[in-house]
Amino acid sequence: MFKKIGFKLILVVGITAVVIIGIFSFYNIRSHSEALLGEVERHANQLSETVKHSTRYDMLLNQRDRVHTIINTIGKQLGIQNVRVLNKVGEIIYSSHEEDIGKMVDKRAESCYACHTANEPLERLHITERTRIFKQATDSARVLGIITPIYNEPSCYEADCHAHEESQTVLGVLDVTISLADVDEQINQGEIDTVVFALSAVIVFSLLLWFVVKKWVDKPVKELLTATHEVGTGNLNYTINETRDDEFGMLARSFNNMTQKLSEARIQLFQSDKMASLGRLAAGVAHEINNPLTGVLTYSSFLLKKTLNNPELNEDLKVIVRETKRSREIVKSLLDFARQSVPKKNIVNINEVIDRSISVVENQLSINHIELKKDLKPDIPQTTLDSNQMQQVFINLLVNASDAIGSNGGKINISTDMLKLSPFGITHIKKATCPKRHDLMDNEVKIDGMPSIKLKVHSKGKTGFINLDPVYGRNHHLINWDLDSDDLRVVCPHCEISLINSSRKCPECAAPIYSLEVPSQGNIEGCLANDCSWQKWDAVDAGGQKEYIEVKISDTGCGIPKENLPKIFEPFYSTKGQKGTGLGLSVIWGIIDNHNGTIEVDSKINKGTTFTIHLPSSNGTGVR
Amino acid sequence: MKTEFNIMVVDDEQVVIDAVVKICSSEGFKVDSAIDANEALQKLSKNNYHLVICDIMMPGMDGFGLLNEMSKRKISSSVIMTTGYSTVENAVKSLYTGAIDFIPKPFTADELINSVLRGMNYIKILNSLKSKKYDSEIAYVPCPAKYYRLGYSSWASEENMGSILTGATDLFLKTIENISDIELFQIDDEVVQGNACALIKDKEERLHPLLSPVSGRIIEVNNAIVKNKSLIEKDPYFEGWFYRLIPSDSEYELKNLINCSSDRM
Repeated sequence: MFKKIGFKLILVVGITAVVIIGIFSFYNIRSHSEALLGEVERHANQLSETVKHSTRYDMLLNQRDRVHTIINTIGKQLGIQNVRVLNKVGEIIYSSHEEDIGKMVDKRAESCYACHTANEPLERLHITERTRIFKQATDSARVLGIITPIYNEPSCYEADCHAHEESQTVLGVLDVTISLADVDEQINQGEIDTVVFALSAVIVFSLLLWFVVKKWVDKPVKELLTATHEVGTGNLNYTINETRDDEFGMLARSFNNMTQKLSEARIQLFQSDKMASLGRLAAGVAHEINNPLTGVLTYSSFLLKKTLNNPELNEDLKVIVRETKRSREIVKSLLDFARQSVPKKNIVNINEVIDRSISVVENQLSINHIELKKDLKPDIPQTTLDSNQMQQVFINLLVNASDAIGSNGGKINISTDMLKLSPFGITHIKKATCPKRHDLMDNEVKIDGMPSIKLKVHSKGKTGFINLDPVYGRNHHLINWDLDSDDLRVVCPHCEISLINSSRKCPECAAPIYSLEVPSQGNIEGCLANDCSWQKWDAVDAGGQKEYIEVKISDTGCGIPKENLPKIFEPFYSTKGQKGTGLGLSVIWGIIDNHNGTIEVDSKINKGTTFTIHLPSSNGTGVR
Repeated sequence: MKTEFNIMVVDDEQVVIDAVVKICSSEGFKVDSAIDANEALQKLSKNNYHLVICDIMMPGMDGFGLLNEMSKRKISSSVIMTTGYSTVENAVKSLYTGAIDFIPKPFTADELINSVLRGMNYIKILNSLKSKKYDSEIAYVPCPAKYYRLGYSSWASEENMGSILTGATDLFLKTIENISDIELFQIDDEVVQGNACALIKDKEERLHPLLSPVSGRIIEVNNAIVKNKSLIEKDPYFEGWFYRLIPSDSEYELKNLINCSSDRM
């Protein structure tokens, strides 16, 4: 527990808080008590002056009783402990405590030493020097005393009583002592308050910190730990909740991405391993079977040569030789398959490729009572493509169609056609960048199997993303909140550079437009309004209409639910369970994409599915 | 002539030995056999064989090992390789290591006989060249420098544009007596290294396959050689070319061919 990051964090922050609050409290208490004592001091000084002045007249008249009365009255007030007047030699002349009158005070007494520490007594003292705080007994409350010298004045020595001589400077001292019990009480209370505040602040602070660390650090770290453990033990399908938008959310996303890539790689590895062992098996079988075939072929062809004059035998032997040669071709193609032929493009007629594909699946279709209708346009021009790969595409689509129909029978239509299409609505934007050349393609959000274009949006104080359809002309956005076109900033998610073309507005709805760079293909512009599909791509429009070969394969099968349509071209998406790898349609998509073509799907539940493939009729002009 | 021509067949399959012995002796050749490479080497040290028909995949020493051992022991018999594992690699490697021909299994009697006859002619030509008493009829034109050849069968020459010109070597054409017809592939056809890319018919209607030196797509066919067959015999390396093709991986494939510049050393 003591080694956990959370605990260490709380410890460090807690200690810092204790130190800071402690220092603050210390100075706070000190200044508080200083202010209180200063106030008492000022009060005592004022009192002394009041006593001095109010008794002055009576003193001049030498009316001792009246002076007594005044001092007694004042000295009886709450909080005032004593008011005394001492004469020059230290005799107490007046006192609120009458028993003290006439007593002598030693020069070293606390009320005298301020002036009498030096050999020659001081005559003038500052207020702070006149003040003293002391305790009369160790267990009694503190007392503040202030002495006020009574100076000789002409009115004093000229008075009729002649009590004072002119040569005297100080006639006596007024000593007022005030109890500090109340003040001490207040200071104590203040100290207690501050300490309580400091302690509760530290506790509340630590609790808050503990809670925050628990929620934002401990929990996601624990989740990540569990996930890494799961993945470590081989469960590559484990995903972490990635809804957080902090660093842990990013970590979770990249972690999920990593495990997904890992599992894809594992399946691919498994696949290639399977192919490799299948290849070894095929090679072994080929070798083993070729030796006995040599026996058959050599003897039968030898006999064939010898029996030229026996037509009946000769005909039969011809069959043996022919069929053995056929077996030889089968074994050879088995070996070719094992070596995984490299993709090679050649000029072919797509109708021939389709015919060859059909011949492969024909049997399977007739077993399932499926009627196959061909509608191939006869004068389709030849085109450059990898006929093996395209054959794989058609076989795959036909098998899928047959699987969708099931064994109860149905119809499959396959047709080819030529059509001219403008690039609008067809051309696939394979790469788009911001003016600083940051890639905007988002492989995580796909639209119809194609990576979308991701833009960052700031609007009405919120920040979000929009994903654009990567097909030119299909300017629809994936966004889950309304945009306000008056308060809108669309930026590159990497460098926050603005992607809005501020010099122009959408010609159809006057909304702001974005402008993206397509490497070596100019700029593409489009409207940012959600319900407007205006888009313009000058470089591609300039190319004009292009010829496309259209291949349509439609079936009367079970159809694909609408919510699954966007997913079907993703790798490892499969509805066939153990029967399929989920690679078929993604591989098809890859092959079509390699041929600069497009594949679209349209499906209605229980009505059927139509796949439409568009291939450029002359290669090399499509958008790379 | 044929009876003076000794052949040995080496194969670990008795049925293949039997078939080869039967077919070749019916043509009048003297045929011996060995069940593995060791037995073949013993027999080779005792007797003189003109031609060895040798399987590649054999237990113990394989066909390539036997070929190596023969050249080490300076046994000058010519070798025709054959295997059930008839890959391009095996075909090309056989011809590179000195075999005069490669027949993929299973083969027909004619395919075997034609190859053996070509081998016999090949040996005859070499012998007459060695004895330096060649008459005007057997004027051997050597493969030009910077050309590459697949065994003694076909040649390839790189052109500036990246395309490759291919044809048959003079020696190969001379082993086929009196060409009567040539069957060529068409433009846009794919040819594969070590596989047949043309069939040459002799006056006895025997078909001789020309093995392609490189893989690629044919972009031009020299139809002049079909009309004028003497062209390939007169100028086999220039006017008598067969195909111009776009190679699929010439860099790798040319490494498996013999550089004609080394013939002159």
